[in-house]
Amino acid sequence: MITLEIDGKTIEVEKHRTVMDAANELGIHIPHFCYHRKLSIAANCRMCLVEVEKAPKPMPACATPVADGMKVWTHSEVAVNAQKGVMEFLLINHPLDCPICDQGGECQLQDLAVGYGGSSSRFHENKRVVAHKNLGPLVSAEEMSRCIHCTRCVRFGQEIAGIMELGMAGRGEHAQIMAFVGQTVDSELSGNMIDVCPVGALTSNPFRYSARTWELSRRSSIAPHDSLGSNLVVQVKQNRVMRVVPRDNEEVNECWLSDRDRFSYEGLNSSERLTTPMIKRDGRWLEVDWSAALEFVATELGRIHASLGPAAIGALATPQATCEELYLLQKLIRSLGSGNVDFRLRQLDFSADDGQNGAPWLGMKVTDLNTLDRILVIGSNLRKEQPLLAQRVRQAVRHHGAQLSVINPIGDDFLATVQNCMIIPPSRIADALAAVIKAAAQKTGDAIPEQVSGAEVTDEARQIADSILSGERSAILLGNFVEHSPEKSRIHALAQTLASMADSAVVMLGDGANSVGGYLSGALPTAEPSGRNAREMIEQPLKAYVLLHTEVELDTSLPRLATAAMHSAELVVAMSPFKHRALDYAQVLLPVAPFTETAGTFVNIEGRRQKFQGVVAPLGETRPAWKVLRVLGNLLHLDGFGFESINDVREELNTFAAEPADRLDNRLGESAVKTALDARADARGRATGSVEQLTVERIGEVPVYNVDGIVRRAQALQQTRDAQTDRVSMHRGLIEKLGLQSGDRVRICQHGGEAVLDFDRDDRLPPGCVRVASAIDTTSDLGPAFGEMTVERVAARNVVNA
Amino acid sequence: MTVTAPVSPEALASIDKAVVKYPADRKQSAVMAALTIVQDEKGFLSTETIEFVAGYLQMPPIAVWEVATFYGMYNLEKTGRYKITICTNLPCALRGAEAAAEHLQKKLEIGFNQTSADGRFTLKEGECMGACADAPVCLVNDKKMMSFMTPEKLDEFIDGLWNQ
Repeated sequence: MITLEIDGKTIEVEKHRTVMDAANELGIHIPHFCYHRKLSIAANCRMCLVEVEKAPKPMPACATPVADGMKVWTHSEVAVNAQKGVMEFLLINHPLDCPICDQGGECQLQDLAVGYGGSSSRFHENKRVVAHKNLGPLVSAEEMSRCIHCTRCVRFGQEIAGIMELGMAGRGEHAQIMAFVGQTVDSELSGNMIDVCPVGALTSNPFRYSARTWELSRRSSIAPHDSLGSNLVVQVKQNRVMRVVPRDNEEVNECWLSDRDRFSYEGLNSSERLTTPMIKRDGRWLEVDWSAALEFVATELGRIHASLGPAAIGALATPQATCEELYLLQKLIRSLGSGNVDFRLRQLDFSADDGQNGAPWLGMKVTDLNTLDRILVIGSNLRKEQPLLAQRVRQAVRHHGAQLSVINPIGDDFLATVQNCMIIPPSRIADALAAVIKAAAQKTGDAIPEQVSGAEVTDEARQIADSILSGERSAILLGNFVEHSPEKSRIHALAQTLASMADSAVVMLGDGANSVGGYLSGALPTAEPSGRNAREMIEQPLKAYVLLHTEVELDTSLPRLATAAMHSAELVVAMSPFKHRALDYAQVLLPVAPFTETAGTFVNIEGRRQKFQGVVAPLGETRPAWKVLRVLGNLLHLDGFGFESINDVREELNTFAAEPADRLDNRLGESAVKTALDARADARGRATGSVEQLTVERIGEVPVYNVDGIVRRAQALQQTRDAQTDRVSMHRGLIEKLGLQSGDRVRICQHGGEAVLDFDRDDRLPPGCVRVASAIDTTSDLGPAFGEMTVERVAARNVVNA
Repeated sequence: MTVTAPVSPEALASIDKAVVKYPADRKQSAVMAALTIVQDEKGFLSTETIEFVAGYLQMPPIAVWEVATFYGMYNLEKTGRYKITICTNLPCALRGAEAAAEHLQKKLEIGFNQTSADGRFTLKEGECMGACADAPVCLVNDKKMMSFMTPEKLDEFIDGLWNQ
């Protein structure tokens, strides 16, 4: 430890820390711009100059290591003179446009200029002008003259986002921040550049000029998209969400936010919002009041209940619903005597449901991810599924030398060094994992489990086995390609087998904000009375469905069948914040609140229960879903729906799901493992069939900006490159086989439905596989995300105008 | 479809030679050498060549762009047959560089950062070239240093080039 003195106060800090760190610990503020606690030291703004005893000139606090007996003055005459000098230089080229600057009022330069700047300028020459840049739909760089060259945005890209998209071109007075010629900023974490920019050079494109910072009320909330549950500050003006920024929480999102969590709020203000209850009468939609709508639902549910029995009724919710909503939904359904309730809408394989020991979760603390030394990712586009968890994995690789191995059906870049990589068709993932287990058993001398003894051990499998066995803190991450796979149980069982050999943790990444909470709230058909799971409810249509936040054509594993099931039902009650295709198939639309308009709880992937309040009043006649369910319960004369407030619901929920921590368990029971391992998939993806029509395997990921109703309606996000999903990607070999020429399109047929899309080439995809997104409109007539489908060429019309 | 390198096999060999001077995981250390080699062959650094160098050295294109825009000796546009860079920093200026620069602009009928209509000359303003004892100095095609460039000597030099 090193003892030093800052402004007369003594402090002990560790070696290798800086004066800035020590001052921060003492609570002494040193003005700065380029310094950021999460980024590397650049020391290029010079604003943090301080006086150090025996140093001949002022030293930058952010880059000066502490030394024993050091004496530092941060506000002495020398220090303040130096700081004022730096400020004068910074302001030389900075435009005096604070009144029209979006950053005005929350600008570090503005704040510090008040403290250290002169009241007028001595600089009478011309200020430099820097051309504006187009960085894409999210980050605006329209006023680059404001840039003070702190390079925070550049370092953020290099160090946190893992991809250097911005750089500082030129030199001296000609230096400017820009992207490479013609490129935009496409990182899924790009919005953080707006936060780290200390001036108004990088601003939020969707938010610009819509409000002043001092007009906004700041309210805490929790992000509703990925299962990390990033902590938010939602900024509100006149009952409208204007902007979302991160709320620091070192244990969850640190000071970052993914673009999905940051910009999805635009969907809340979408014109597609449903604002009044509606009933379909004689094929026409009528706006009605709540009592009429709920009476109608209660009567109809009662009628179907009486005539066809409780088993004809079921509920489908998304994992974006809160715990309170999910709990009341399942309570409603169960009180009616049915067990048909599920929130795992994209899951195909439920065969391990009975053998699941508890709610699948991260298997560790979120912060533990940073300290892993061996990571095996199976079936995940991690960066897009869980942008901030991917960031933590990246830090583990960078700073802890973690070895990253990947078994994936896609070759997308992890933006972290990948040690071993197997890119294979989705249907081969389980076999590949079996090969890794066999290789691991050969190495450790364990008995080779009988079910994997037939596996063919490749060099890659051996390398992955070596890697995972050699670690002290290793984890096997199962992503959404596994979650949504028809072989989920088998892959899970195999991962568990490998994990027990390598003493690793199995990580289930989950596919929604409340995917852990859904289990804890009992919104599953496995609890008593048991019933049909999501897939069964779709494949064996029911007579009445209650949909909570669910757009079946986009949110389920079998969109075509699900839509058909809805059409064949006598009653579909769609509880949603949006008017969506339920207009075609529902009988009642009930406007229920999105996360900003209701109190609720999400349980994140590490089992952290995060409560939140509504931040704005519900739009129009919208009501929180928990209240709607409570009233429905009352109208149906069901017991136990006398809740007066959300706290009553929470209290009951707390007794129902006592300690979440005790119920989190990724393990499958012994017999479930055995059953899963014994199961062999019959479908094997290989490009077969005639030249005109090839049978291929589908890789149907849920695109990053299509995961739920809110984000699907967020305009700016929908303009990003990641949102351009209306196409099929395939390997060169397949393009040649199909004889595709530029301008041609591709017809896909699956489960009797079809879609015609443009194609592009991605040689990183395994041959015989075609990447076609699910959860998008164009493919909502197709079958499951994984499985066989046929592709054929649709020739471009060679019509030449005479 | 294989991606054809936009540079000759000889240039690639020279880049490889530069790369092996550094540890295997520090390929990017060779970026300046690579850019120089490519520029020598192509005359200037186009966006495509910069992308190629970036890909070859496994760097983000913007990182190569930073280097290419930082140094005055990298040309981002096509130059004339003779690129004349005249130093206008203080020691040269004290020894008549400004007059020499003005003379040069008049004689070639172009300003700084311009190329003559016949494509023969490009004029650039440069920073200190480390030869202040020989001030004023200029650099021809980034390789050849010319000392004591008084207007008379410039005339003699330019006329010589014109007659070539």
